Amino acid sequence: MREFRYEKATDPAGAVALLAGEPEGAYLGGGTNLVDLMRLGVATPDVLVDVRQLTSTEVEDLPDGGLRIGAAVPNADLAGERRVRERYPLLAQALLAGASGQLRNRATTGGNLLQRTRCTYFTDTTMPCNKREPGSGCGAVNGYHRNLAVLGATNEGADSSHTCIATHPSDMAVALRALDASVRVLGADGERSIPIAELHRLPGDDPSRDTTLAHGELITAIDVPALPWATRSRYRKVRDRASYAFALVSVAAAMDLQGDVVADVRIALGGVAHVPWRATVAEDLLRGGPATEAAFVAAAEAELAAADPLSDNAFKIPMATNMVTRTLVQLAEARA
Amino acid sequence: MTATTERAVGSDVRRIDGPAKVRGLAPYAFEHEVDGTAVFVALVQSTAAKGRITSIDTSAAQALTGVLAVLTHENAPRLGDVADEVVVLQSDRVQYVGEPVAAVVAETSEVARDAAARVVVTYDAQTPDVELRTDRDDLYAPEQLMAGFETDSVIGDVDAALAAAPVGVDITYETPNQHNNPIEMHATVARWDGDVLRMWDANQGPHNLVPVITEAFGITEDRLHIVSPYVGGAFGSKAYTHVHQLIAGMAAKVTGRTVKLELTRPQMFTLVGHRTPTIQRLRLGAELDGTLTAISHEVVEHTSQNAEFAEQTATATRLMYAAPARRTTHRLARLDVPAPTIMRAPGETPGMYALESAMDELAVVLGIDPVELRLRNEPDRDPERDVPFSTRNLVACLRQGAERFGWAGRDPRPGVREDGRWLVGTGVAAATYPTRRRPSAARIEAVPGKPYVVSIDASDIGTGAWTALTQIAADALRVPMDRVDLRIGDSRLPKASGAGGSTGITSWGPAIMAAAEQLADRDIPAGGLTVTGEAGPGDEAEQYSSHAFGAHFAEVRVDRDSGEVRVPRMTGVFAAGRIINSTTGRSQFLGGMTMGLSMALHEESVLDRTHGHYANHDLAEYHIAANADVGEMDISWIDEVDDLHNPLGAKGIGEIGIVGSAAAIGNAYWHATGRRVRDLPITPDKYFR
Repeated sequence: MREFRYEKATDPAGAVALLAGEPEGAYLGGGTNLVDLMRLGVATPDVLVDVRQLTSTEVEDLPDGGLRIGAAVPNADLAGERRVRERYPLLAQALLAGASGQLRNRATTGGNLLQRTRCTYFTDTTMPCNKREPGSGCGAVNGYHRNLAVLGATNEGADSSHTCIATHPSDMAVALRALDASVRVLGADGERSIPIAELHRLPGDDPSRDTTLAHGELITAIDVPALPWATRSRYRKVRDRASYAFALVSVAAAMDLQGDVVADVRIALGGVAHVPWRATVAEDLLRGGPATEAAFVAAAEAELAAADPLSDNAFKIPMATNMVTRTLVQLAEARA
Repeated sequence: MTATTERAVGSDVRRIDGPAKVRGLAPYAFEHEVDGTAVFVALVQSTAAKGRITSIDTSAAQALTGVLAVLTHENAPRLGDVADEVVVLQSDRVQYVGEPVAAVVAETSEVARDAAARVVVTYDAQTPDVELRTDRDDLYAPEQLMAGFETDSVIGDVDAALAAAPVGVDITYETPNQHNNPIEMHATVARWDGDVLRMWDANQGPHNLVPVITEAFGITEDRLHIVSPYVGGAFGSKAYTHVHQLIAGMAAKVTGRTVKLELTRPQMFTLVGHRTPTIQRLRLGAELDGTLTAISHEVVEHTSQNAEFAEQTATATRLMYAAPARRTTHRLARLDVPAPTIMRAPGETPGMYALESAMDELAVVLGIDPVELRLRNEPDRDPERDVPFSTRNLVACLRQGAERFGWAGRDPRPGVREDGRWLVGTGVAAATYPTRRRPSAARIEAVPGKPYVVSIDASDIGTGAWTALTQIAADALRVPMDRVDLRIGDSRLPKASGAGGSTGITSWGPAIMAAAEQLADRDIPAGGLTVTGEAGPGDEAEQYSSHAFGAHFAEVRVDRDSGEVRVPRMTGVFAAGRIINSTTGRSQFLGGMTMGLSMALHEESVLDRTHGHYANHDLAEYHIAANADVGEMDISWIDEVDDLHNPLGAKGIGEIGIVGSAAAIGNAYWHATGRRVRDLPITPDKYFR
């Protein structure tokens, strides 16, 4: 662990101004991921700007019936928030499926979106990793990749500077992706709103960048738009043990069921890609069609058709297919 | 002496060290010497699995304020003639990823770690060879196995018996690399007081470390003082001297300071051993009525370049079941990995997983209930040694377990029970663990009006030995427990065996009893009286075959969509001699069964074939069973006293709980799903093969 300075600002704009002059600095939220990475030598900021008490810890109603979640709202509080549990069950379930009680108390909503991958080659500074050390190659493609990506990855071989098969570890982000949330960001040039679909990025030819945020941009809030039929929603996480493990595969889904017809549907997958993966292929196939198990299976298989697994993670394709199918069956059977 | 009729042994008295532990007043190794004068050691570890160091640049590390010394092979003190696996900082050779190549001593742990990260080492590295396969042409038979067992055993014409058997199975099972991860990482505080080396250390018995450390530093036993009153778990990883203890001694010598060296969690995966992976071929031949005619158990496992650790994987097979023709073999591959070591019930744990899985598969082929199959092959004498068992109550364990679990009427068909989306099944497996004792001595100081001071260099690694030995001493002295002042965990106390092989109580208890015997019917003079006693093995090991036995029953649920596995309940019944303390005794069985569950479902250290390192080297990625994974645990034992083995009638209970429990879960998984997973752990991905 390197020595670092610790700074506090009095308001978000002050924090942004502080970090703008610190190219090697970083914001400190709950610290549940960043501090671990600093201890491992993976993150080596020379200054931490503490923003935990700068952004909102409130969940506010938006005029359209949606919610604005302050970036500093702890994961535990958000999971227990009545309006979240009533309007967006999948979001509350996703939050409770992540981490442990202690971590959820500490972790913030904004920070949760910016978690780094748990790929063991990323967290081990002695190993090659294009995300941590661009150009060093990828240790995972020929190594331990059982829980890494099957969709949207870049695999040009272990020695390529483009190769990255990391997954995004957040549960919450998968639910927010299904809900089409948007992220409010404050930067040196003022405030902007980024659709969550455009926040996280696939590795492409630059695996070092997890998101489209510029250095110094600060997440201040997450807006979740109204989605009345999200009351019929669910988050299902498959993991190696009953608690306290990252997803092998997870599914966040909501369904607008009209009689026996899927009027509309949202599906996002976790544990399969560098981003929370929106299953648009499956959604398009299902929308307006019958709410039958056969249709769900066909949609799930179509979504996973693009998967490109390695030797040890191919199981994620049938597992994800099954979990999409089962989650949709349960939503179709559930009383809204 | 005060007369008392209340016996302490066998009661459920609570841990006497419990209050101090929960209040943080029981000092663990790292918590000694907290006056602020200690300095800290951080390690630089090899990134090469095999090769030579070509350069070490320590200038950036030494330039940091607070750095006192950087030890490398170029400047570290020379060690004496110690075993290759603990030789450290003596040459430019590296033999595994993670081998220490430098050690930084600094005023704070933060500066030490920062400096360690700034040491630049270059290597002439070779491609590592870390893959265990049965078709390797360099497999070899070791001279003998761990604990002195013969490498192979053959009785009768096994191949002919297998060929002639009306029914048989021929199945290969695999168990993975696993790592001990006690809550307390290994830690050593070291200081040289003149020519005396003092160490506050986490280990399984200070006397276990004395030979290597005295040889390494060229000192006599009276110039080494190791203090270890409380130890936060060990499981075998703290049984022997490891490199960190020698580095601490060197760092203290070079700096003249009290040094503290605590391993990080990732270092637990390189510096203190692991359980070897195994590939085990089981062949069983049987008559149609289930009578075994042949047993063949062939093991392939690994060891390291710097050590020969030959796990005694198939030795339990030598005594479990009757059969006229029988064979066990062990072959090793010497790989570019850290040295393997003891992990709770080395040998029995992987070996009984394979044997008890094969027995289940044979029961299926025969159409015989798996409990009944075991009952039909119960030997009346040790089948290989041809001596009687001192006590053997496997049958009682199986029967009592079946009763408690509700085994009767079990539908043997696999994959037919559903509860919602869960597939439900049940399984059984037997357990065994050797009963042994080792030489130990104890001292008792009696002063009128004061508690008896009972001293022995025993070790409590979390097992409850503090309490059990106090109970034993109280009964031996015929006084209440509060009249006993026990002292353990100090190399200056009378020499005792280490806490390993489930031998603590059978070794230390009789020594304390022998010392107490010296006081029997003697008046204590006003000035006090000190007596010593010794105890150790007699000829019981030649006359009898002595083992604990047990039976595990498990219910397993498998999600038919996700492949997730749950174990809502287990029943364990054990025949393990006299149970000294029913509370701490139950905890030992419970902990063993839980570790077996963890082995069945979670634990695997993944070796990266390209880089030669353990890739999942922390507790986020190396999964152990957490609370939510452990369901109802029904634990009981058979009323048994084995006084043919030792005067306490005890057998040792630290390890038998893990033996066989993974097989019971694997067998129940098959019963639930109709699928056999023959390579542990049974993770959800294997459902989709």
